[in-house]
Amino acid sequence: MDSEKTRIREGRRVGAPDNRYDVRQKAGGPSSNAGGSPVLGMKIENLSAFYGSFKAVTDVSMDIQANKVTALIGPSGCGKSTYIRCLNRMHEVIPSARAEGCVMLGDQDIYAKNTDPVNIRRRIGMVFQKPNPFSKSIYENVAWGARINGYRGDMDELVERSLRQAALWDEVKDRLKQSGYGLSGGQQQRLCIARTLAVEPEVILMDEPASALDPVSTQKIEDTMADLKQRYTVVIVTHNMQQAARISDFTGFFYIENMGDPGRLWEFDETEKMFSNPDRRETEDYVTGRFG
Amino acid sequence: MNQSSTRAPRQSGSEPEGTGKFKESVGTRHGYDRFFAVLVFLATMLGLVVLAVLLVDVVVDGIPRILQDPVGFFTNFPSSTPENAGIYPALLGSLWLLGLTALFSVPLGIGAAVYLEEYATDNWLTRLVEVNISNLAGVPSIIYGLLGLGIFVNLLGPITGGKSLLSGALTLALLILPVIIIATREALRSIPKAVREGGYALGATRWEVIRAHLLPMALPGAITGTILALSRAIGETAPLIVVGAATYISFAPSGPLSGYTALPIQVYSWVSQAQADFKIGLTAAGIVVLMAVLLLANSAAIWLRNRTQRQS
Repeated sequence: MDSEKTRIREGRRVGAPDNRYDVRQKAGGPSSNAGGSPVLGMKIENLSAFYGSFKAVTDVSMDIQANKVTALIGPSGCGKSTYIRCLNRMHEVIPSARAEGCVMLGDQDIYAKNTDPVNIRRRIGMVFQKPNPFSKSIYENVAWGARINGYRGDMDELVERSLRQAALWDEVKDRLKQSGYGLSGGQQQRLCIARTLAVEPEVILMDEPASALDPVSTQKIEDTMADLKQRYTVVIVTHNMQQAARISDFTGFFYIENMGDPGRLWEFDETEKMFSNPDRRETEDYVTGRFG
Repeated sequence: MNQSSTRAPRQSGSEPEGTGKFKESVGTRHGYDRFFAVLVFLATMLGLVVLAVLLVDVVVDGIPRILQDPVGFFTNFPSSTPENAGIYPALLGSLWLLGLTALFSVPLGIGAAVYLEEYATDNWLTRLVEVNISNLAGVPSIIYGLLGLGIFVNLLGPITGGKSLLSGALTLALLILPVIIIATREALRSIPKAVREGGYALGATRWEVIRAHLLPMALPGAITGTILALSRAIGETAPLIVVGAATYISFAPSGPLSGYTALPIQVYSWVSQAQADFKIGLTAAGIVVLMAVLLLANSAAIWLRNRTQRQS
């Protein structure tokens, strides 16, 4: 709520991939690992999420590896979406919603008092379940986020690069001035991915990005994700088990044992193990399609 | 998802029995349908016919009076002889009021709506404000006139010039403020949450999201509300009489601090004269002018709305 106030005394900008953004974001001195790998992983410890007094997710601890795709699976209503929204402080946008626990991006605590959520959300981008392009031109959809964040490079070049990374450039290059609403659902979702890439985040969170799309569009988005992992850390919530198995390196299974309990991270491991030989029976039942 | 729950219980070999349970004939239902269609058509017509009769009556009485001396009617001042009486100062006064009222009420109304909808946290104070705004929209306009008299004319007289256009416009602005706030809030509320989240997720502040996405999307709705509200303001008589619009005036308003009269006041003044020339011809002509101003203002606003809609 007091993001504007804390903005001037915000924390360090760790591991900036480049220095073309507004100087405000680098206030507090030079990056601690400048010159190292620009891609950061995340470390979550004892995270719980609430809506008012209702606890939706409890006690999640998880290491999200850099340059890997981490998939979150589990039955509906077990807190996957709530959890992923806690990772870039989007959860607290909902009135009365709050999170407890520790979320680290590299070595920065994103819930620290002097961390500005506005800055965190640029560095940890998010793609939502339903495509939500802005009611602006395709070009503006991509350029807007970069512009408000003080991007000083060549905007045309950034828009083209972002659209190419999202595998959309060839389909829209001749109609960049037209509204983003005129695209198909799958194209809109790739436009949202492009818009997220344009602010050069370090981590990309995807909340069921392909659930509203047809198989062909889903395929394109999955192909995109395989490329994205070269340059970003990706976390994806999915209801599609095959998708999780195909694209992810690590898989977390969320589960609620008894009705009314908060969701828990039931098991977390490498995807291969989760799908072939998980430790817990519920995980096996779920990934083999015996329930859910 | 759950295989067993989707499997509906199925009766085997008893299909004909199932269809026999419904009434084959739908004639009665279509009868009700037609009956209802006629009913709502009549409801629409009743209102339209009354309105049309009123309009025709006014136009038939008023247009000949305007045509009798088209230039004089629009450029003359009120006069004790009906033939020389004109509407010039009232027309100018109403246009001044329209402009000043819009100038005060639109930024305040949209601003308040943005605060209440986008910034204010949900607590007892904001709920109290919300309830009061809805109630204020329903307060009789004469009450606003009394408020205007007390505050703008008397208390702030040294600044507003007392019984001036400024006092009148501020009073009318107060009168329509709740309507603008409510319309703008409705427009903001109808924007999906996904738009705000999409903005925040890119690292935008609230103001950046409001400025770039919410205001452009809410503008058509806000403008529609403002059109309706301003139409109401320009037709108001009661509060203006209370805050001191003159009924007889021999000069045109020269600025916001000037004395003034307005079209509905002029109409009211003419209709209360004893002579038939005043009562019928001039009154009707005044009403025709008032309606023309209203229609012009509305068309301008609708044009503006369509333009913003196309852009967004």
